Amino acid sequence: MTDSAMTPPKQPMAALPGGEVTEGPMLAADGTPLKASLKRALRREKLRALLLISPLLIFILVAFVAPIADMLFRSVENQIVSETLPRTVAALEADEALPEEAPGEEVFHALYTDLVIAEEYKVHTRLGSRLNYEMTGLSSLFRGTGRDVGRFDTDIYTDQFVEAEPALEDPVNWSNWMSEEEIRDALPLTADAWDAWTTLTVEANEDDPLEEDVADFVYTALYRDLANGAAPANFPDVDVSSFETVSIRALFEDSDEDWLDPEVWQVIQTYSPAYTDGYFLNSVDMMNGPGGDAQWRPDDEQIYLKLFWRTMWMSMAITFSCILLGYPIAYLLSTLPLRSANVLMILVLLPFWTSLLVRTSAWKVLLQQQGVINDTLVWIGIVSDANRLALINNATGTIIAMTHILLPFMILPLYSVMKTIPPSYVRAAKSMGANDWTAFWRVWFPLSIPGIGAGSILAFILSIGYYITPEIVGGTEGVFISNRIAYHISSSLNWGLAAALGSILLALVLVLYWLYDRIVGIDNVKLGG
Amino acid sequence: MAALPPYASTGQKIWHYAYRAICAAIFFFLIAPILVIIPLSFNAENFFTFTPEMLRLDPEGYSLKHYRDFFGNPDWQVPLWNSLKIAPVATFLSVALGTLAAIGLSQPHVPFRRAIMATLISPMIVPLIISAAGMYFFYSRIGLQGTYWGVVLAHAALGIPFVIITVTATLVGFDRSLTRAAANLGAGPVRTFFKVQMPLILPGVVSGGLFAFITSFDEVVVVLFVGSAGQKTLPWQMFTGLREQISPTILAAATVLISISVVLLVTLEVLRRRSERLRGMSPG
Repeated sequence: MTDSAMTPPKQPMAALPGGEVTEGPMLAADGTPLKASLKRALRREKLRALLLISPLLIFILVAFVAPIADMLFRSVENQIVSETLPRTVAALEADEALPEEAPGEEVFHALYTDLVIAEEYKVHTRLGSRLNYEMTGLSSLFRGTGRDVGRFDTDIYTDQFVEAEPALEDPVNWSNWMSEEEIRDALPLTADAWDAWTTLTVEANEDDPLEEDVADFVYTALYRDLANGAAPANFPDVDVSSFETVSIRALFEDSDEDWLDPEVWQVIQTYSPAYTDGYFLNSVDMMNGPGGDAQWRPDDEQIYLKLFWRTMWMSMAITFSCILLGYPIAYLLSTLPLRSANVLMILVLLPFWTSLLVRTSAWKVLLQQQGVINDTLVWIGIVSDANRLALINNATGTIIAMTHILLPFMILPLYSVMKTIPPSYVRAAKSMGANDWTAFWRVWFPLSIPGIGAGSILAFILSIGYYITPEIVGGTEGVFISNRIAYHISSSLNWGLAAALGSILLALVLVLYWLYDRIVGIDNVKLGG
Repeated sequence: MAALPPYASTGQKIWHYAYRAICAAIFFFLIAPILVIIPLSFNAENFFTFTPEMLRLDPEGYSLKHYRDFFGNPDWQVPLWNSLKIAPVATFLSVALGTLAAIGLSQPHVPFRRAIMATLISPMIVPLIISAAGMYFFYSRIGLQGTYWGVVLAHAALGIPFVIITVTATLVGFDRSLTRAAANLGAGPVRTFFKVQMPLILPGVVSGGLFAFITSFDEVVVVLFVGSAGQKTLPWQMFTGLREQISPTILAAATVLISISVVLLVTLEVLRRRSERLRGMSPG
């Protein structure tokens, strides 16, 4: 009831002759100024409209827009390096050896701590796979050293400490020392290593730290702290100057000499920030070279630009075949009497409504070497039995099947534009002496161009994002960028790259839609005629 | 083009018939691949082409064995039921939310109408593989990946643009003075909606719902990523079948789906005519 009371005032207002109001503000029935009352009514109407829309809007934002935003985010997100190797990343910043040579002992010590922890959590292989996208061989480097790192000869520190001061063996003592601010401040590396070790013992191994042997990397950190000259009060005074030492850098070199390769370290350094343009560079066959400058990948690794280009030209070929086949049909339908046109329209709408999988299966069956088309051609005698045409698992297969699938999307907009062309124009042209061809080419065709534009953009947009049909009939030569995206999500698990490729494709489609909106108007999208 | 005038020259006659022949060939291209599936699905052998027995129309060459397999084999029945469990719920969600929003959008004063419309239509614009990728990433974060409700939500989102488009199109022809008249006669907004507005826009709502249903029922890319083995739908099973071990049962499944789409097509056509008659337009 409330809305009925507030909508009507607009009508009389518009009907009022302009100059009649002379004194004071015009009042609504309840005595408030009409202007305010109308404003309130309008506000309530807007609010009501928004209230009706909001459930769906929220639903779409959560179920659809958020996922797309997540994908865009993943295409630049790169926290894995700084999360898995936080100490190494921090130490690398202070190190000045790069890019000429591998960093010094400090960095390797940090890497040792990080890697022991990562190995316990079993996340070092994930980091290896991530960095392997940027430099081949890093995956096995991390996996191999991950196996060795627990057996590094750093236990000599443990032994020497325990020998020098047996109290250092007991985790309970450690726990007491490490709860004191002063000791923690004096022994930063040790405190950090101790915290990491206790967390890890609880989280990864589900043990009680107070009942376990303190790990070697904690003693190694303690050695480095004390060697740096720390001398905290209330802590066992151990003289480390006489300790037998071991170079962690050398231990890593023993495990795999690639650790001394400055290029490996450059990759780690380049990908240590939380955000990266690496996936996007990879999507266009580029990479962050040494020193962080973008450069082309080696020729044999360049695949994506070729794939984008193939997606484009094949989509164009499909769009063009659709125009070629769709135009005559749309012309016929728009010039036939309505009754017969409606009957023929069913032949267009039936494929449109048939399941995509059904149509794709049909083409898979028809195009096979032993399929119906080849059988028929052999039977007619056009093709010899030995030279059956290769129609499937290549670009030809994709183009034929996709043309069939997208043809209704071309015919329907063409038809709706052609329906608006008055037949009298062509008759007028003929009465003025044009022959059939001139009347068509100079009068009808120019008027039908908006339909060609609409249909082409629609077919092109649908085609560049297609996945199912190319996957099934395209083999390796006839696949699109979408298939590569799917491959990276489900097989290679390089989600970042999949997200970057998807973002580029999305940008492309949005630009095309913007064009479509400018030319045709998005509101004119018609479904099923 | 309609009919050949009696004064047509020979050239015109030739072109007229040639043109018809070309169009017939294109229609053949459009429809033959779908029709050829149907007889092939009755093949008695496990071949994807016509056997000599079939060409001789020998009853021996035909059998229902692929249909028996389709209706008896859990490999096909489980996906079919999964599809039937997912699609109606997704359709209900799209239709309920979509109709409300379409009514909101058709009010005369809607702030940010273009932006809202663009957002609501976006699932139709964004290529499926991108929606699938985004949903896979995001739904894994919030624990919906691989669940029934994850697939339902994803499919509902994909179906919404169709509901919005068809219902707003129907509402364009809706005479708003009817709701005012109802209000004037004492009906509340809810009663007005169900007694006056709903019956008039029902054809639009139903055809939007059919679009949403077919979108979900026919969808494979998103379910491939968002779903897990427990949500394997019929199109997914067909996709796996086509990619790995292709079995002729797929043709039986395809024929069943073709029958469904014919029924849907007829329903939609009837609805369209009814809606246009209600709006006082001539059919077509």
